[in-house]
Amino acid sequence: MNVATVFFYLFSAVMIASAFMVIAARNPVHSVLFLILAFVNASGLFLLMGAEFLAMILVVVYVGAVAVLFLFVVMMLDVDFAELKQGFLQYLPIGSVIGIVVAIELLLVMVGFTQSDAALGAGAAPVQANMSNTEALGLVLYTKYVYLFQASGLVLLTAMIGAIVLTLRHKPDVKRQVIAEQNARTRADAIEIKKAPSRAGV
Amino acid sequence: MQIGLTHYLSVAAILFTLGVLGIILNRKNIIIILMSVELILLSVNINLVTFSTFLGDLTGQVFSLFILTVAAAEAAIGLAILVTYYRNRGSIAVEDINMMKG
Repeated sequence: MNVATVFFYLFSAVMIASAFMVIAARNPVHSVLFLILAFVNASGLFLLMGAEFLAMILVVVYVGAVAVLFLFVVMMLDVDFAELKQGFLQYLPIGSVIGIVVAIELLLVMVGFTQSDAALGAGAAPVQANMSNTEALGLVLYTKYVYLFQASGLVLLTAMIGAIVLTLRHKPDVKRQVIAEQNARTRADAIEIKKAPSRAGV
Repeated sequence: MQIGLTHYLSVAAILFTLGVLGIILNRKNIIIILMSVELILLSVNINLVTFSTFLGDLTGQVFSLFILTVAAAEAAIGLAILVTYYRNRGSIAVEDINMMKG
Protein backbone atom coordinates (compact mmCIF):
# COMPACT_ATOMS: atom_id res chain seq x y z
CA MET A 1 0.00 0.00 0.00
CA ASN A 2 1.78 3.14 -1.14
CA VAL A 3 1.38 6.69 0.10
CA ALA A 4 -1.08 7.74 -2.62
CA THR A 5 -3.42 4.89 -1.70
CA VAL A 6 -3.31 5.80 1.97
CA PHE A 7 -4.07 9.42 1.18
CA PHE A 8 -6.88 8.47 -1.19
CA TYR A 9 -8.62 6.50 1.54
CA LEU A 10 -7.94 9.20 4.11
CA PHE A 11 -9.33 12.00 1.95
CA SER A 12 -12.36 10.07 0.77
CA ALA A 13 -13.23 8.80 4.24
CA VAL A 14 -13.03 12.25 5.81
CA MET A 15 -14.91 13.79 2.88
CA ILE A 16 -17.77 11.31 3.02
CA ALA A 17 -17.99 11.52 6.81
CA SER A 18 -18.13 15.30 6.72
CA ALA A 19 -20.67 15.23 3.87
CA PHE A 20 -22.81 13.02 6.09
CA MET A 21 -22.41 15.46 8.94
CA VAL A 22 -23.47 18.33 6.66
CA ILE A 23 -26.90 16.81 6.29
CA ALA A 24 -27.10 15.37 9.81
CA ALA A 25 -25.75 18.17 12.01
CA ARG A 26 -28.22 19.92 14.27
CA ASN A 27 -26.66 23.33 14.05
CA PRO A 28 -26.38 24.79 10.52
CA VAL A 29 -23.14 26.55 11.47
CA HIS A 30 -21.65 23.11 12.08
CA SER A 31 -23.08 22.05 8.72
CA VAL A 32 -21.22 24.87 6.98
CA LEU A 33 -18.00 24.00 8.77
CA PHE A 34 -18.34 20.36 7.76
CA LEU A 35 -19.02 21.54 4.20
CA ILE A 36 -15.70 23.38 4.28
CA LEU A 37 -13.98 20.21 5.53
CA ALA A 38 -15.57 18.24 2.69
CA PHE A 39 -14.32 20.77 0.13
CA VAL A 40 -10.79 20.76 1.53
CA ASN A 41 -10.68 16.97 1.32
CA ALA A 42 -12.09 17.04 -2.21
CA SER A 43 -9.28 19.38 -3.17
CA GLY A 44 -6.89 16.81 -1.70
CA LEU A 45 -8.45 14.21 -3.99
CA PHE A 46 -7.97 16.56 -6.94
CA LEU A 47 -4.32 16.92 -6.01
CA LEU A 48 -3.96 13.15 -5.96
CA MET A 49 -5.43 12.99 -9.44
CA GLY A 50 -2.98 15.60 -10.70
CA ALA A 51 -5.46 18.45 -11.18
CA GLU A 52 -3.51 20.93 -9.08
CA PHE A 53 -5.06 24.08 -10.49
CA LEU A 54 -8.61 22.91 -9.82
CA ALA A 55 -7.61 21.83 -6.32
CA MET A 56 -6.37 25.30 -5.48
CA ILE A 57 -9.38 26.93 -7.18
CA LEU A 58 -11.66 24.72 -5.12
CA VAL A 59 -10.03 25.94 -1.93
CA VAL A 60 -10.10 29.58 -3.02
CA VAL A 61 -13.59 29.69 -4.49
CA TYR A 62 -15.46 27.32 -2.26
CA VAL A 63 -13.74 27.61 1.09
CA GLY A 64 -12.86 31.25 0.63
CA ALA A 65 -16.05 32.55 -0.94
CA VAL A 66 -19.04 30.25 -1.07
CA ALA A 67 -18.70 28.65 2.35
CA VAL A 68 -18.02 31.99 4.01
CA LEU A 69 -21.12 33.36 2.25
CA PHE A 70 -23.13 30.49 3.70
CA LEU A 71 -21.63 31.16 7.12
CA PHE A 72 -22.58 34.84 6.92
CA VAL A 73 -26.16 34.06 5.92
CA VAL A 74 -26.59 31.38 8.58
CA MET A 75 -25.32 33.69 11.28
CA MET A 76 -27.17 36.75 9.99
CA LEU A 77 -30.63 35.19 9.83
CA ASP A 78 -32.11 34.79 13.25
CA VAL A 79 -33.97 31.57 12.63
CA ASP A 80 -35.02 28.87 15.05
CA PHE A 81 -33.18 26.03 13.41
CA ALA A 82 -34.30 23.44 15.94
CA GLU A 83 -37.83 23.86 14.67
CA LEU A 84 -36.66 23.47 11.08
CA LYS A 85 -34.96 20.24 12.06
CA GLN A 86 -38.22 18.60 13.02
CA GLY A 87 -39.56 16.03 10.62
CA PHE A 88 -36.06 14.78 9.88
CA LEU A 89 -36.98 11.24 10.89
CA GLN A 90 -40.35 11.46 9.19
CA TYR A 91 -38.71 11.50 5.77
CA LEU A 92 -36.07 8.92 6.70
CA PRO A 93 -37.83 5.84 5.20
CA ILE A 94 -38.60 7.41 1.82
CA GLY A 95 -35.25 9.16 1.86
CA SER A 96 -33.31 5.97 2.45
CA VAL A 97 -35.29 4.17 -0.25
CA ILE A 98 -34.48 6.90 -2.77
CA GLY A 99 -30.88 7.02 -1.58
CA ILE A 100 -30.41 3.28 -1.98
CA VAL A 101 -31.99 3.34 -5.44
CA VAL A 102 -29.73 6.19 -6.59
CA ALA A 103 -26.65 4.51 -5.13
CA ILE A 104 -27.48 1.19 -6.80
CA GLU A 105 -28.03 2.92 -10.14
CA LEU A 106 -24.71 4.71 -9.94
CA LEU A 107 -22.88 1.56 -8.84
CA LEU A 108 -24.45 -0.41 -11.71
CA VAL A 109 -23.18 2.17 -14.17
CA MET A 110 -19.73 2.02 -12.63
CA VAL A 111 -19.47 -1.76 -12.63
CA GLY A 112 -20.99 -2.13 -16.07
CA PHE A 113 -18.73 0.16 -18.04
CA THR A 114 -15.43 -0.78 -19.65
CA GLN A 115 -12.86 1.56 -21.06
CA SER A 116 -11.84 1.15 -24.66
CA ASP A 117 -8.14 1.55 -25.39
CA ALA A 118 -8.97 3.76 -28.34
CA ALA A 119 -10.55 6.29 -25.98
CA LEU A 120 -7.20 7.01 -24.35
CA GLY A 121 -5.71 10.11 -25.88
CA ALA A 122 -8.55 10.49 -28.38
CA GLY A 123 -10.10 13.35 -26.42
CA ALA A 124 -10.58 16.92 -27.54
CA ALA A 125 -7.58 18.24 -25.59
CA PRO A 126 -5.03 15.52 -24.84
CA VAL A 127 -2.69 16.08 -21.92
CA GLN A 128 0.85 17.00 -22.92
CA ALA A 129 3.45 15.33 -20.77
CA ASN A 130 5.95 18.18 -20.67
CA MET A 131 3.62 20.82 -19.23
CA SER A 132 2.37 21.58 -15.77
CA ASN A 133 -1.33 21.19 -15.17
CA THR A 134 -1.96 24.92 -14.86
CA GLU A 135 -0.09 25.72 -18.05
CA ALA A 136 -1.88 23.03 -20.06
CA LEU A 137 -5.25 24.09 -18.68
CA GLY A 138 -4.63 27.71 -19.54
CA LEU A 139 -3.52 26.78 -23.02
CA VAL A 140 -6.81 24.97 -23.62
CA LEU A 141 -9.04 27.40 -21.76
CA TYR A 142 -7.87 30.55 -23.49
CA THR A 143 -7.87 29.14 -27.00
CA LYS A 144 -10.38 26.43 -27.56
CA TYR A 145 -12.91 27.34 -24.88
CA VAL A 146 -12.44 31.09 -24.85
CA TYR A 147 -16.07 31.85 -25.65
CA LEU A 148 -17.27 29.55 -22.91
CA PHE A 149 -14.78 31.20 -20.60
CA GLN A 150 -16.21 34.63 -21.45
CA ALA A 151 -19.71 33.30 -20.98
CA SER A 152 -18.83 32.02 -17.52
CA GLY A 153 -17.53 35.47 -16.71
CA LEU A 154 -20.89 36.87 -17.81
CA VAL A 155 -22.63 34.36 -15.55
CA LEU A 156 -20.62 35.63 -12.61
CA LEU A 157 -21.36 39.25 -13.55
CA THR A 158 -25.07 38.49 -13.74
CA ALA A 159 -24.92 36.76 -10.39
CA MET A 160 -23.13 39.71 -8.84
CA ILE A 161 -25.59 42.27 -10.20
CA GLY A 162 -28.50 40.05 -9.27
CA ALA A 163 -27.33 39.62 -5.71
CA ILE A 164 -26.78 43.36 -5.31
CA VAL A 165 -30.16 44.24 -6.82
CA LEU A 166 -31.91 41.71 -4.61
CA THR A 167 -30.37 42.75 -1.35
CA LEU A 168 -29.84 46.49 -1.79
CA ARG A 169 -32.44 48.42 0.14
CA HIS A 170 -33.00 52.16 0.28
CA LYS A 171 -34.54 53.28 3.52
CA PRO A 172 -36.88 56.22 2.83
CA ASP A 173 -36.17 58.26 5.97
CA VAL A 174 -32.40 58.30 5.82
CA LYS A 175 -30.56 61.38 4.56
CA ARG A 176 -28.23 60.53 1.73
CA GLN A 177 -25.55 62.38 -0.12
CA VAL A 178 -26.72 63.65 -3.52
CA ILE A 179 -23.62 64.69 -5.36
CA ALA A 180 -25.46 66.39 -8.23
CA GLU A 181 -27.30 68.63 -5.81
CA GLN A 182 -24.08 69.48 -4.04
CA ASN A 183 -22.38 70.41 -7.26
CA ALA A 184 -25.31 72.50 -8.44
CA ARG A 185 -25.21 74.77 -5.38
CA THR A 186 -24.12 78.30 -6.13
CA ARG A 187 -23.06 81.03 -3.81
CA ALA A 188 -26.34 82.79 -4.38
CA ASP A 189 -28.49 80.10 -2.76
CA ALA A 190 -25.99 79.06 -0.14
CA ILE A 191 -25.04 82.40 1.43
CA GLU A 192 -27.20 85.33 2.30
CA ILE A 193 -25.75 88.66 3.37
CA LYS A 194 -27.78 90.60 5.88
CA LYS A 195 -27.18 94.07 6.90
CA ALA A 196 -27.11 94.19 10.63
CA PRO A 197 -27.70 97.65 12.11
CA SER A 198 -25.06 98.63 14.61
CA ARG A 199 -26.00 98.52 18.32
CA ALA A 200 -29.23 96.74 17.43
CA GLY A 201 -28.22 93.31 16.21
CA VAL A 202 -30.25 91.16 13.94
CA MET B 1 -3.78 -2.12 -4.86
CA GLN B 2 -3.73 0.62 -7.46
CA ILE B 3 -6.32 3.36 -7.04
CA GLY B 4 -8.20 3.48 -10.31
CA LEU B 5 -11.14 5.08 -12.03
CA THR B 6 -13.68 3.01 -10.14
CA HIS B 7 -12.45 4.13 -6.73
CA TYR B 8 -12.90 7.79 -7.50
CA LEU B 9 -16.24 7.18 -9.20
CA SER B 10 -17.46 5.29 -6.13
CA VAL B 11 -16.51 8.18 -3.86
CA ALA B 12 -18.33 10.61 -6.16
CA ALA B 13 -21.37 8.33 -6.26
CA ILE B 14 -21.52 8.14 -2.46
CA LEU B 15 -21.20 11.92 -2.26
CA PHE B 16 -23.98 12.38 -4.82
CA THR B 17 -26.24 10.03 -2.88
CA LEU B 18 -25.55 11.90 0.34
CA GLY B 19 -26.47 15.14 -1.39
CA VAL B 20 -29.77 13.75 -2.66
CA LEU B 21 -30.46 12.32 0.77
CA GLY B 22 -29.78 15.71 2.32
CA ILE B 23 -32.36 17.36 0.09
CA ILE B 24 -34.98 14.77 0.99
CA LEU B 25 -34.29 14.61 4.72
CA ASN B 26 -33.95 18.34 5.42
CA ARG B 27 -37.08 19.39 3.66
CA LYS B 28 -37.76 22.30 5.97
CA ASN B 29 -34.36 23.94 6.04
CA ILE B 30 -33.52 25.65 2.78
CA ILE B 31 -29.94 26.45 3.81
CA ILE B 32 -29.15 22.76 4.23
CA ILE B 33 -30.83 22.11 0.87
CA LEU B 34 -28.52 24.65 -0.79
CA MET B 35 -25.54 22.99 0.87
CA SER B 36 -26.70 19.62 -0.40
CA VAL B 37 -26.84 21.06 -3.90
CA GLU B 38 -23.24 22.18 -3.42
CA LEU B 39 -22.33 18.62 -2.40
CA ILE B 40 -24.00 17.25 -5.53
CA LEU B 41 -22.09 19.70 -7.72
CA LEU B 42 -18.87 18.73 -5.97
CA SER B 43 -19.49 15.08 -6.76
CA VAL B 44 -20.09 15.98 -10.40
CA ASN B 45 -16.79 17.85 -10.38
CA ILE B 46 -14.99 14.83 -8.95
CA ASN B 47 -16.48 12.69 -11.72
CA LEU B 48 -15.32 15.10 -14.43
CA VAL B 49 -11.81 15.43 -13.04
CA THR B 50 -11.55 11.66 -12.62
CA PHE B 51 -12.44 10.98 -16.22
CA SER B 52 -10.18 13.83 -17.32
CA THR B 53 -7.24 12.27 -15.49
CA PHE B 54 -7.78 8.67 -16.44
CA LEU B 55 -8.58 9.37 -20.09
CA GLY B 56 -5.74 11.86 -20.52
CA ASP B 57 -8.03 14.64 -21.71
CA LEU B 58 -8.07 18.13 -20.24
CA THR B 59 -11.61 18.97 -21.34
CA GLY B 60 -13.04 17.48 -18.17
CA GLN B 61 -11.07 19.88 -16.04
CA VAL B 62 -12.16 22.83 -18.17
CA PHE B 63 -15.79 21.89 -17.72
CA SER B 64 -15.22 21.33 -14.03
CA LEU B 65 -14.04 24.93 -13.89
CA PHE B 66 -17.26 26.08 -15.55
CA ILE B 67 -19.33 24.06 -13.10
CA LEU B 68 -17.43 25.73 -10.28
CA THR B 69 -18.36 29.11 -11.73
CA VAL B 70 -22.02 28.25 -12.06
CA ALA B 71 -22.08 26.79 -8.55
CA ALA B 72 -20.63 29.98 -7.11
CA ALA B 73 -23.16 32.10 -9.00
CA GLU B 74 -26.00 29.84 -7.87
CA ALA B 75 -24.96 30.05 -4.24
CA ALA B 76 -24.73 33.85 -4.40
CA ILE B 77 -28.15 34.27 -6.04
CA GLY B 78 -29.78 31.67 -3.81
CA LEU B 79 -28.52 33.23 -0.63
CA ALA B 80 -29.49 36.71 -1.84
CA ILE B 81 -33.04 35.50 -2.49
CA LEU B 82 -33.01 33.88 0.94
CA VAL B 83 -31.96 37.11 2.67
CA THR B 84 -34.62 39.11 0.79
CA TYR B 85 -37.26 36.54 1.63
CA TYR B 86 -36.32 36.55 5.28
CA ARG B 87 -36.59 40.35 5.35
CA ASN B 88 -40.06 40.26 3.87
CA ARG B 89 -41.56 37.30 5.72
CA GLY B 90 -39.39 36.73 8.78
CA SER B 91 -39.16 33.03 8.10
CA ILE B 92 -37.27 30.75 5.77
CA ALA B 93 -39.21 27.54 6.36
CA VAL B 94 -39.74 25.85 3.03
CA GLU B 95 -43.44 25.24 3.62
CA ASP B 96 -44.01 28.98 4.06
CA ILE B 97 -42.60 29.70 0.63
CA ASN B 98 -45.82 29.28 -1.29
CA MET B 99 -46.79 32.81 -2.16
CA MET B 100 -46.53 32.14 -5.87
CA LYS B 101 -48.69 29.06 -5.70
CA GLY B 102 -51.77 29.63 -7.84
